Amino acid sequence: MSLRAPLGQVLGRGSAKHGVHQWWLQRVTSIALVPLSIGFVVSLLALPALDYATLVAWLRQGGIALGLVLFVLVAARHSQLGVRVVIEDYVHAPGLKTLALVTSDFSHVVAAAAAIFAILKVAFGGRW
Amino acid sequence: MTERPLSPHLSVYKFKYTLATSILNRFAGLILSLGFVLLVYWLVALACGARAYAQAREFLSLGVFKLVYVVLLAAFVYHTVAGVRHLIWDTGRGLDRASARRSAWIVAWVSLIVTLILAYCLLRPGAYSR
Repeated sequence: MSLRAPLGQVLGRGSAKHGVHQWWLQRVTSIALVPLSIGFVVSLLALPALDYATLVAWLRQGGIALGLVLFVLVAARHSQLGVRVVIEDYVHAPGLKTLALVTSDFSHVVAAAAAIFAILKVAFGGRW
Repeated sequence: MTERPLSPHLSVYKFKYTLATSILNRFAGLILSLGFVLLVYWLVALACGARAYAQAREFLSLGVFKLVYVVLLAAFVYHTVAGVRHLIWDTGRGLDRASARRSAWIVAWVSLIVTLILAYCLLRPGAYSR
């Protein structure tokens, strides 16, 4: 006869229901990226010039800065999820796989933080 | 570990253009992930001030970057159009073989045309000379 309570026998056995989280997030970020990325590319291509003054003036518009921050944030997350799946699919050596995944995660966070910091710095003015 | 099903080994499937649209989408996504590095470099240079930006711009104006920008543009357009196809699939629509083949052609043509238009905007004579 088992001394374990019925609850103790079932806890931790089923799925944690987290399996589709990354898949779902990949879809949600992709929906958000449709307007964000098209907006970014079109407004960049529509610029009359790419010199410093033009770009600073462009980024000091609140809507552009906000849109760009959102684009960078969502694109970085989407990219991180996508690269993760590619690594999981094609890198089979356990140690190398972990190293690749951690490197990718770190790189994505650093890239997103640097980009957002740069956007805000230009948007709010001031120089280094 | 070896008993578990291992995921996409390209070499075991017979080649079909629907397969190409699938792997190209992944490939385009990876190219865009690499392109993100360029975006970060460009933005950080801009934040570092006029002189740093002028230097970065000189570097980013090297001839080879024309090719890089066109590849990034093509990857962006393709990934976006093919991504919308995937989102439609996720609703359960268009998954039968005939629809998948038809949408593969639609994706190919739409991305080719949009890429050509955007590439012209980017490379047209006199663009961004300032």
